[in-house]
Amino acid sequence: MPRPQKLPAPSFDITHHTLDNGLRVVVAPDRSAPVVGVAVLYDVGMRSEPEGRTGFAHLFEHLMFQGSANLGKLEHFRYVQSSGGTFNGSTHVDYTDYFEVLPSNALERGLFLEADRMRSPRITEENLANQLDVVKNEIRVNVMNRPYGGFPWIYLPSVLFDSFANSHNGYGGFEDLESATTDDAKDFFARYYAPGNAVLAVAGDLDVDETIGFVEKHFAGIKKRRAAKRPSFAEPMLTAERRATHDDPAAPIPAVAIGYRVPDPVGAFDALLANVMLCEVLSDGDASRLQRRLVQRDHLVTDIAAYIGEFGDPFDERDPTSMTITAHYPDAGALDAILRAIDEEIARVADDGLEPGELDRVRVRFVSTVLRQLDAVMSRTLELAKFRLVHGRPELLAELPARLSEVTEADVSAAAAELRPDRRAVLELIAGGSR
Amino acid sequence: MSVVPALTAPRTAKALRSTESVLDNGLRVIALRKPGVPIVEMRLRLPFQSSKATHPARATLLGETMQTGAGSLDRADLAAAIQGLGGDLSVGVDADRLLVAGNVLATNLRRLLDLAATVLTEPTYDQDEVSTERDRLVEKLVMARARPAVVASEALGRRMWGEHPYALDLAQPDDVARVTPAQLQAMHRDLVRPDGAILVLVGDVTPARMVDLAQAAFAGWTGRAPRARVPKLPPGPGGPLLVIDRAGTVQSSLRMGGGAVPRTDPMWPALQLANIIFGGYFSSRWTENIREDKGYTYGPHSRVEHRMLGSTLTLEVEVDRDVTAPALLETYYELGRIASLPVTAAEVESVRDYAIGTLALSTATQSGLASTLAGLAAFGLDLDWLQEHPKRLLATTVEQVSAAATQFLAPSGFTSVIVGDAEKITGPLAALGPVES
Repeated sequence: MPRPQKLPAPSFDITHHTLDNGLRVVVAPDRSAPVVGVAVLYDVGMRSEPEGRTGFAHLFEHLMFQGSANLGKLEHFRYVQSSGGTFNGSTHVDYTDYFEVLPSNALERGLFLEADRMRSPRITEENLANQLDVVKNEIRVNVMNRPYGGFPWIYLPSVLFDSFANSHNGYGGFEDLESATTDDAKDFFARYYAPGNAVLAVAGDLDVDETIGFVEKHFAGIKKRRAAKRPSFAEPMLTAERRATHDDPAAPIPAVAIGYRVPDPVGAFDALLANVMLCEVLSDGDASRLQRRLVQRDHLVTDIAAYIGEFGDPFDERDPTSMTITAHYPDAGALDAILRAIDEEIARVADDGLEPGELDRVRVRFVSTVLRQLDAVMSRTLELAKFRLVHGRPELLAELPARLSEVTEADVSAAAAELRPDRRAVLELIAGGSR
Repeated sequence: MSVVPALTAPRTAKALRSTESVLDNGLRVIALRKPGVPIVEMRLRLPFQSSKATHPARATLLGETMQTGAGSLDRADLAAAIQGLGGDLSVGVDADRLLVAGNVLATNLRRLLDLAATVLTEPTYDQDEVSTERDRLVEKLVMARARPAVVASEALGRRMWGEHPYALDLAQPDDVARVTPAQLQAMHRDLVRPDGAILVLVGDVTPARMVDLAQAAFAGWTGRAPRARVPKLPPGPGGPLLVIDRAGTVQSSLRMGGGAVPRTDPMWPALQLANIIFGGYFSSRWTENIREDKGYTYGPHSRVEHRMLGSTLTLEVEVDRDVTAPALLETYYELGRIASLPVTAAEVESVRDYAIGTLALSTATQSGLASTLAGLAAFGLDLDWLQEHPKRLLATTVEQVSAAATQFLAPSGFTSVIVGDAEKITGPLAALGPVES
């Protein structure tokens, strides 16, 4: 058996800074290419939207691009792109991010653009009506007009969780979206978009002192105000299996999503890492347990995947989060056999442990995937900001390989033992499409 | 004066240098040291054109089964060995090329290349594995064709190119179901050959060492694939808008295709900029009109695709069913406007800086650079061409951009299809011009 290899780790030169108004700042220089990333993460996501306002966090994200104190509609996009940069924003379960990557000679401009909308986004009836139409078309293209659209992230939480916060559709129902008002938007901004509720990360071709100077210059004047305190969203573990179905008229073959509750990903970080390794053992590549058994040997499924977090990023969410196994399969009568085979494979990991070298190979591949992703300055910036916001420490990103190397085979088996049928929610997608 | 901070003096990127060599077996190797993360990216690109009717199904299944066993390794052994290097290998095929793409921890490059060589020289194509993947591929093709976007782009290909191989790229399930392991063996033996292929290696290893490792790993892989005879790509015929019915759908998928010039053409920089002004970035006329002003769509995109047999300008947008005709009207309007009236100096400035900036971003990562170099090399273009491209963009005048727009963005020059609820959209669309269903 080959000796376990030493895992390479990313390294960052991180400077922390906090403004008087509470804005947490992370600066990480890397002068190898003349590009910089700027990311602002606000500590509010789909989980915090009010009842009757499903999809509001995402609709609000769109409004943040519609102009601000010193910028008219369209100007944000134009300033970024005509500087040679690109931008985007996205709404997550626990936070919302806004970011741009720019040639480094546009660094101060990028910081100005973020500060301007943190100060006062231009929320108007006209912009709201326009972006409501855009968001409805986004939902049509990604969900309503696409087979398997939104499966399982929109539908599984309502089976796996009970509270409105955890179980509702984060893209939003059209009725809720249509009833949103500019007053709702102003209130949401006041409650959640305070500088003290945000993290700013700047990484790439920059001078640390100069960057902190720019940040002070543009952000320090934004008034400190109290942000709504984030409540606990914790829910007790399931005690009995739950089953539900979802009709998808456009899907040609059925699919299933199995959600398991897993421990608090922030408070029990080592348990999270054991679950991350378990997911890789179960479904990463042709040597993984579920691929070998259900795809290659038993021919039960066309594809199968196991992941943590609604969108597949295990480090993106606070408690509660989940592990999901999804599969597409041609034979609508095969669901019981599929569940049985998955249970058996999980039980084999729990009872018989791992094969020699199995944990080492999935671990080294996971680390190399993380490293590879960090090559792009924009993902590096976003990851540092996310680890600062969700896990409290951007340094944890650099420590990941060391923390992963402490995960033992017994930890992975123990994690598998927790994936019991009575802890899970099974959502069956009923295919209505013609073949 | 604007409160928005001005740009400071730009810092130039460090010039990149690649080495190019030809191995004893005829494989061209382009190697480039790029530190950053301790990874090496590889792209192995083999010409894979054919005009045989049996080709798309066999080529696609070949890609799906190439790694299901090689040498003494079975499928799981091979996958475990690659994974244990912190590596990955994948095989993809289209009407132009077969691409073996991979990445690995830099310290394990030698072993990844050795495994890749085993796959290339001793593939198994085991009966059971082929049978498994054949059934899966049929299901995957059925799932793909359930997506309106796939239906629309396949329909545009057929409308533009008829029976040309470019129009038949996406395999038919019935053809896949008939492919045998012996046929895959034969295709691999005939076409998966190094002479004339291109290997790109980019990462944190010196070029000389990467070339040495490639020479050692691929020494036993030899031969040259026969030159494929493929028909010329016909120009799109234009003609009425083809409506493809998808009853009950809440959105309509519009695809329009027209001619374009390849990157080697002196007109390319002007066309590149004209396309961005029209619909190639968020601040484009098309996006600002039908998304940010009218809210008809989540986002339209226009882009130029360069393929071996020709370049194409493609427009893609999904619009709310109830505003299908108004969205087409605005699209015609923006095309007509940019083809008939000059673009402004400010627009050219903006897209020029955008094109230069995003070019720098696309080459700022190991994987981006490897993919870009492999894509360019197939067309006889190299890193020098890429690094000189900003100069070509800077030398392009407003008049040249306007002229390119007139030639390539005129609405009359496009071939168009739309997938949607025919009963609801055909009438309103017919008010704008000829429609065929």
